[in-house]
Amino acid sequence: METALIAPASYSFLGIPTILFSILIPIAGVALFTYIMAIRIAPLVLAAPDFRFNRIVERVVKVVRIWLLQWRQPRYKTAGIIHIMIFAGFLVLGIRSTSLVVIGLSEGFVLPGLGGPLGVVYSFFKDYAATMVLVACCLAAYRRIVVKPERYAVPSKYGKDHTSEAVFVLGMISTLMISESLFEASAAVAQARQGLHVEFIAPLSLAWIFKVMLTWASLSTLQGIHIIMYYVHDLVFFSFLCFLPMGKHFHVITSFFNVFFMRIDRGNIKPVRHGVADDKLDDLESFGVKKLEDFTWKHMLDFYSCADCGRCSDNCPANAVKRPLSPRFISIKGRDLVFKNYPLYPYGTPFTKGDDLIGNIYEEDEIWSCTTCGACEQECPLGIEYIDKIVDLRRGMVDEGMVPQSLQKPLRALEKRGNPWGKMEKKRADWTKELPEGCDVKVLGKKASAETLYFLDSITSFDDRMQDIGRATVKVLNAAGEDFGILGKAEKDSGNEVRRFGEEMLFQDLKDQNTDAILNSGVSKIVTSDPHAYNALKNDYADLPPVEHISQYIARKVKTGAIQLKAAEGNGKVYTYHDPCYLGRHNSVYDDPREAIDAIPGIKRVDMEKCRDRSFCCGGGGLMLFYEPEEEQRMGVLRVEMAAKAGANVIVTACPFCLVNIEDAIKVAGLEGSMEAIDLAELVDSHIEA
Amino acid sequence: MAGQIFAYIGYKDGVPDDSALELVAAAKKIADAPVNALVVGSGVDAVCSEVASSYQEVWKIDSDALAYPNAEMIRKALLNILPQDCILLVPHDTFGMDLAPGLSIKLDSAFVPDAVDFEGLDGDTLKVVRQEYGGAVSTHVNCDISAGAVINVRPGAFQADESKAAGGSVVDKSGDAGDMSAGRRYLEIVEAEVGDVDITKEDVLVSIGRGIEDEDNLEIADDLAEAMGAVVSCSRPIVDAKWLEKSRQVGTSGQTVKPKVYLACGISGSFQHLGGLKGNPFVVAINKNPKAPIFQVADVGIEADILDFLPELTDAINEQ
Amino acid sequence: MEILVCVKRVPDTAENEIEVNSDGTDIERDDLVYSVNEWDNYAVEEAIQIKDNVGGSVTVVSVGDEESEEVVRREMAMGADNGILLSDDAFEGSDGKGIATLLKAAVEKGKYDLILTGAQADDGAAQVGGMLAAMLDLPYASLVNKVEMVDDKKIKVGREIEGGNQEMNEIDLPCVLSIQTGINEPRYVGIRGIRKVASVEIPVHGAGDLGVGADAVGAAGAKVKCLDYYVPELGEGAEMLEGSTDEIVEKLIELLKAKGGLK
Repeated sequence: METALIAPASYSFLGIPTILFSILIPIAGVALFTYIMAIRIAPLVLAAPDFRFNRIVERVVKVVRIWLLQWRQPRYKTAGIIHIMIFAGFLVLGIRSTSLVVIGLSEGFVLPGLGGPLGVVYSFFKDYAATMVLVACCLAAYRRIVVKPERYAVPSKYGKDHTSEAVFVLGMISTLMISESLFEASAAVAQARQGLHVEFIAPLSLAWIFKVMLTWASLSTLQGIHIIMYYVHDLVFFSFLCFLPMGKHFHVITSFFNVFFMRIDRGNIKPVRHGVADDKLDDLESFGVKKLEDFTWKHMLDFYSCADCGRCSDNCPANAVKRPLSPRFISIKGRDLVFKNYPLYPYGTPFTKGDDLIGNIYEEDEIWSCTTCGACEQECPLGIEYIDKIVDLRRGMVDEGMVPQSLQKPLRALEKRGNPWGKMEKKRADWTKELPEGCDVKVLGKKASAETLYFLDSITSFDDRMQDIGRATVKVLNAAGEDFGILGKAEKDSGNEVRRFGEEMLFQDLKDQNTDAILNSGVSKIVTSDPHAYNALKNDYADLPPVEHISQYIARKVKTGAIQLKAAEGNGKVYTYHDPCYLGRHNSVYDDPREAIDAIPGIKRVDMEKCRDRSFCCGGGGLMLFYEPEEEQRMGVLRVEMAAKAGANVIVTACPFCLVNIEDAIKVAGLEGSMEAIDLAELVDSHIEA
Repeated sequence: MAGQIFAYIGYKDGVPDDSALELVAAAKKIADAPVNALVVGSGVDAVCSEVASSYQEVWKIDSDALAYPNAEMIRKALLNILPQDCILLVPHDTFGMDLAPGLSIKLDSAFVPDAVDFEGLDGDTLKVVRQEYGGAVSTHVNCDISAGAVINVRPGAFQADESKAAGGSVVDKSGDAGDMSAGRRYLEIVEAEVGDVDITKEDVLVSIGRGIEDEDNLEIADDLAEAMGAVVSCSRPIVDAKWLEKSRQVGTSGQTVKPKVYLACGISGSFQHLGGLKGNPFVVAINKNPKAPIFQVADVGIEADILDFLPELTDAINEQ
Repeated sequence: MEILVCVKRVPDTAENEIEVNSDGTDIERDDLVYSVNEWDNYAVEEAIQIKDNVGGSVTVVSVGDEESEEVVRREMAMGADNGILLSDDAFEGSDGKGIATLLKAAVEKGKYDLILTGAQADDGAAQVGGMLAAMLDLPYASLVNKVEMVDDKKIKVGREIEGGNQEMNEIDLPCVLSIQTGINEPRYVGIRGIRKVASVEIPVHGAGDLGVGADAVGAAGAKVKCLDYYVPELGEGAEMLEGSTDEIVEKLIELLKAKGGLK
């Protein structure tokens, strides 16, 4: 085809054919990129194993949803839409940029398949895509430089602000868009001037605008622009490629893999070491993560993939109450350490290994501050995991004896007595003594058997206030005509938090004891009123009969009519349901509790702004009750204020720990009298049609 | 009956401790016999004359070397002056714990720690009352005093004998003390940090113990103290948990307070805690455990969970 | 620094209800759980920290029945290098002096620069450390809440005394110290740690091994013997306020006003 301008592949400058640059730039770029990636991959090879090459179909679905369709992005509207614009633009322009590199070598190059009408369509979209990306970059830069959303701020203790890096990359992307468009526009103007065939340029696109602007430019100017813009694009393209693995924009490369390998199950905790069975744990030399290379390769990939968007920390309750934890910096600090220990420059620098993470990179209090509520993981658009990392770090600390004094006592009590308060085992069923006449509870064992086991867990068994939940649950089960019993002193703490606080062996002990007791009782299903027990039995234990939370049970029984509820007394009560982390986020039980509440005729219920999978943790359960972190206020107080803002005056929970924290918080917030808290089982029990 | 009874006199700044007269009463419960006092230190004449009227004889060791009461040195000195088969009563305080067990070995006599009462002497067998498990249970122990005994007596366990009926003389034993050089040398006292309030000067204290359960619940005590115009103090576990500063701790390892009114909230009442409570205040004990030892020493007791009761009390006071 | 720490197995009293058994000879032990005496645990932690700083070894010794092996093992899991159990039927009924005699024999079987005990146990006696020091003719300091290394001949120790003050002393090595709680933050011992030392052999020494005469220890050698246990009579005690919460509050406020407790 005849062209008005000399293409980069044929052009000479001062007698030097520019095709030389077309060859050298990609070679140098690809070589450098390969070197960088080799160094970046090195720690992943040395890292702990992680079994992620399974369940391919589910993983592909994740990739389509979360990576390709950017499912989680719009949870933050402005940033999300801007990101989708840039991401979609990149997908479209990736093809164009790649073919441009080849065009520098062979001017007529067209990617296979794009020669015909498809190429025209692609070209059309590509022009708009470039325009869209440029607009999005401007918007993003405006946000970064002028709006400065709070979640991007870097507290001084975590190092420098990352704005300049972000703006620099936005500049690079913009340069790519502009140079590509100018390259194309200059050619189009020249072609038109010479009356030759003009490639179609989408109206009002960036290239179109440039075409209009260049209408009066001389042919030599156009030639200059054409060549210069080609090499600007070529250079920036490869610079960009090599710059990506230097910081938070590594996610452009890693996100696909990170999402592909992300966690599929929820509520569970990774094994101490992949490939080592529970009964072989004693053979392990060391437990948990103590040094960088103790992380699994996926967890290191997480570090690389963090885009520093701050969504995790923005939703982290620990961060909200100013505990010394911000999940975003778990990743950033991890990434910085990998970069430092595996340096790119000078070439041949040996890798550094062996520094203890705790005390150098992470602080003890930072790691103990996490309530494992899962809000960070729910939000991360890249599928980065935090709970398993925190638990692995805690396992390492427990192994080294680094456990706060306030947690040592309950852990010892759990070991000796099966409950964190060290109460006597024989008193575990004492709460049944205060049940009303005619409301009996079987203690399962040699003499008594039942179809269903009601598993209470420690707090409902021993805490004066929470025993009310136990009694309410019993009355609900009775009303539904359930044949059920409890384990009594054979029941031990479910160990949900024992495991999440890193004391794996103690958890294994508790699990074994409970498993034996449950299997020996001969029940065919289990119901519990404690989401922490529900989660442990369902996700951490194996081979148990099916487990149901009482909210699911109630919802089911209301539907069948086995439980009949009487109308709510009006008296101005507005209810709101607080999603417990271990029921909602970790187990996706969002609707059953709401249905159970709504089954009470005439009840008025509102949802808080932060509800369902964005529910805000009450302060944490299990062993978290015994840990006193530094914090400026209590999570529960924030939560109670959210309920007040939603216009509610009764907070319904479905978890004894939530009830403890929220009832406390109501007092602390000074809202006694205007706000109250009640457990779902209690609420339903008080509305059962006699 | 074994030998002579001696009482070791503790003192501070030239003033004998309360235990000086309590030991007179303690000795009388062992046997109705004359009791000698031991006063050891540097420049102890004032102390000697202060206690002389309560003891038959006051044996003093006055030496510049004992400007600070180093138990290691004093033990050596006492070995040189005490008769082998004597019965020595020592206050069970931080000095007595330092001095007495080793002394009993050196004297080859029996040792009873932390006696709270004596229930008679039968031949060479002295029946002593002690407490264990933080006062939850009491125990009788028989002590063979045939070769003498060193007995540490809990401060405050006996009512001070104020009769001053002995009118004794001061006997200077300084010359017999002998070589007191020891492998442990006193350097200095590091004073406890003074907090923002001085609980030793307050008339009304709202004192909290383990029953507060959680650091966040401190507000309940703060509110009550504010309503009463009082100040919050505490027992040792609260300081160990770092919920309040050391300067707020009442007890032998904390501050000695002399309030008019003392509200013991969720405090079980170990003797180490009560050891810091002087001046016979009006003690109100609030505890959910009806068996808590604090009810033994309180004037008024309330069986309740402080987490429920204190806010009620605060509200009622504020209403008035 | 070669360090010996003496530890004792005691009932865990936190939530255990201590009651007297039916014939009053002991406390009711059926439902009790046991652990290492809290003060002793601080002593072991201190020993391990000293060892970590200046090198040497830590040996833990306990007098008791075979069940005391459990606490020795736990302290070994914490980081003590060796454990010794002194156990013999003849030791039963020993008073403080008897225990000290046994520990002295154990000390003399080794060579230690520093011997630590807990300041006291739940019997509140606070006696064994001082007795042991006297028997060994070593300098002693009780209620130690700070240990600073000076050189291999002496150390500096702080004693917790009245008023929350700290008495600093210089003390020659070897010496005996009884350790007060709060001196450090003892590390956690997990089940895994205990399992790691589960198969470590812990030597058991009886009367013969220690070369102590049966009449010097045990009930035979005890000058102080426990007769019985009882729950102290409530005596006069406090006047208990009864009634509804409102009534109690009202009565209490009146009393407080009368006594100058309300401003």
